[in-house]
Amino acid sequence: MMFAAAAAGVVVTMVFAMALALMGPNVYNRILAVNVFGTLSVMLIAIYGFVDGRPEFLDLAIVYALINFIGTIAVTKYVTFSDMGHGDDGDPAGDI
Amino acid sequence: MDMILDIASWAFISGGIIFCLIGGYGLIKLKDFYARLHAASLIDTFGVGLIFIGLMFQAGFTLVTAKLILILVFIFFTSPTATHALARAAINHDVLPDVDTEEERDLVRQTKTTKSSTS
Amino acid sequence: MNIEIITSDALNVMTLLFMAVTAIAIARIRNLFAVVMLSGIYSLMGATLYVILDAVDVAFTEAAVGAGASTVLMIGTLALTSANENATPNKQTIKALIACTLIGFALVYASFDMPLFGDPNAPIHNHVVPRYLNDSMAEIGLPNVVTSILASYRGYDTMGEAFVIFTAAVGVIALIGRGRREKSANENMADANNVMKRKIVLRVVSKLLIPFILLFGLYVQWHGDFGPGGGFQAGVIFGAAFILYGIIYGLGTLRKALPAWLTRWLMALGVLLYACTGVVSLIKGASFLDYNVLASTPTGGQHIGILLVEFGVGMTVFASIVTIFCAFAGRAAADVNKVSAKQRSAGHD
Repeated sequence: MMFAAAAAGVVVTMVFAMALALMGPNVYNRILAVNVFGTLSVMLIAIYGFVDGRPEFLDLAIVYALINFIGTIAVTKYVTFSDMGHGDDGDPAGDI
Repeated sequence: MDMILDIASWAFISGGIIFCLIGGYGLIKLKDFYARLHAASLIDTFGVGLIFIGLMFQAGFTLVTAKLILILVFIFFTSPTATHALARAAINHDVLPDVDTEEERDLVRQTKTTKSSTS
Repeated sequence: MNIEIITSDALNVMTLLFMAVTAIAIARIRNLFAVVMLSGIYSLMGATLYVILDAVDVAFTEAAVGAGASTVLMIGTLALTSANENATPNKQTIKALIACTLIGFALVYASFDMPLFGDPNAPIHNHVVPRYLNDSMAEIGLPNVVTSILASYRGYDTMGEAFVIFTAAVGVIALIGRGRREKSANENMADANNVMKRKIVLRVVSKLLIPFILLFGLYVQWHGDFGPGGGFQAGVIFGAAFILYGIIYGLGTLRKALPAWLTRWLMALGVLLYACTGVVSLIKGASFLDYNVLASTPTGGQHIGILLVEFGVGMTVFASIVTIFCAFAGRAAADVNKVSAKQRSAGHD
């Protein structure tokens, strides 16, 4: 019962995040909306794992959190530099 | 014992749901991009944290709890980093917060980290 | 009614609703950047749907590939094209609408002939599924039946998939090039100090996280026998770690850490390993990709065979994803360099 309530709460918040993705006037609002959506998906997967009684789903939640992070960073970098391979050329302490 | 665990779970999960809903409502209602970042961080920290602690009570001392802690630590590391990157990108692209006076806007413009305005 | 059934049904409906809303928005919105973001949400919802349908391995792959690699690669493509879609003229709209509606109705009518979702009398539940579920433990001995179906019972199909990914990477290399950047060493000399100051959070956090992501990728690869996972997912996660490194430190640094010749070799070695496992079975007297003869006992042979082919798939997927990313990002960088060099020579900036 509590898992159903948690899932319902998360779905309502997803509706809010989707509204932000659809209406946000500029691109940063949309990136933020996708980021929030990803975190909510992680929560939904974890809660659903408990609803179904199969905790193997948590591997999936880890991957979602990871992919969400990498996607947000990639998109932000593209928006900033218009190019994703932009590096630290000329940086003397270029970490390898 | 089960009763106590269930009550604790209920309490934490309810707290988590309330924070998620408040954060989600803030995403829509607030008009300023930087204020929306604050609302989103509510979901990313308290929303996830409290709900996962509630789930941990249900799982007990097993591998599942360890994985939940792992996800939590990962989200605590990456979510502020993503927010930081996003906010810095927005500042560099002249997305101004909702401030009233022109000198405050100049203060904001001084925090830009690129010398030229990139595309 | 059972609260769990209500919950999963409600979640099913909500997820499908989200996907429908997102699809309509993707079709209507003109700004291509927003479209890419929304398609990321669409993939996330698709993966959630697979979880609700109890298909965890598929959800894994959809999350890793659809929400992650696909979004990153689309962003890379956006860097090469314009930011807005052109409006199409409204000439044939009514005819197109009628055609689409008719075809839609025809498809829905055709779907009435299919067995109901989850019907126990459906043909798939009476022929193939009982054979796999009943005999998998005895013949192959792995707890994760999905991996045993993927790698052993349907090993030919999986080999085809690995070759498809390999071909995709080869095609990208042939069309776009290997993404070699020109040595523009004085590009950011003036901003070197700014770079140090402005990127410190991302650099530190990514340095902390990348080893754990790699470790998690290896875990997913080898744990695929017992839980959700396997070669495809592990390859994508492993590649995602390197893509993160490339995004934060730059393509040149990534290529120093993971040279082009190495990714080329890994791509080819992966599929070669898969095919050679089959050839070894041939040499030992059984049919192609029959793992029973690879060890002294059939189950032992199956274990070794599945291990090797999953590893081959993981290698190929990892190298292909990194190659495709480098090709896209390198091409965009070359274009940006040309543009900024022109601006500088014209006295701007």
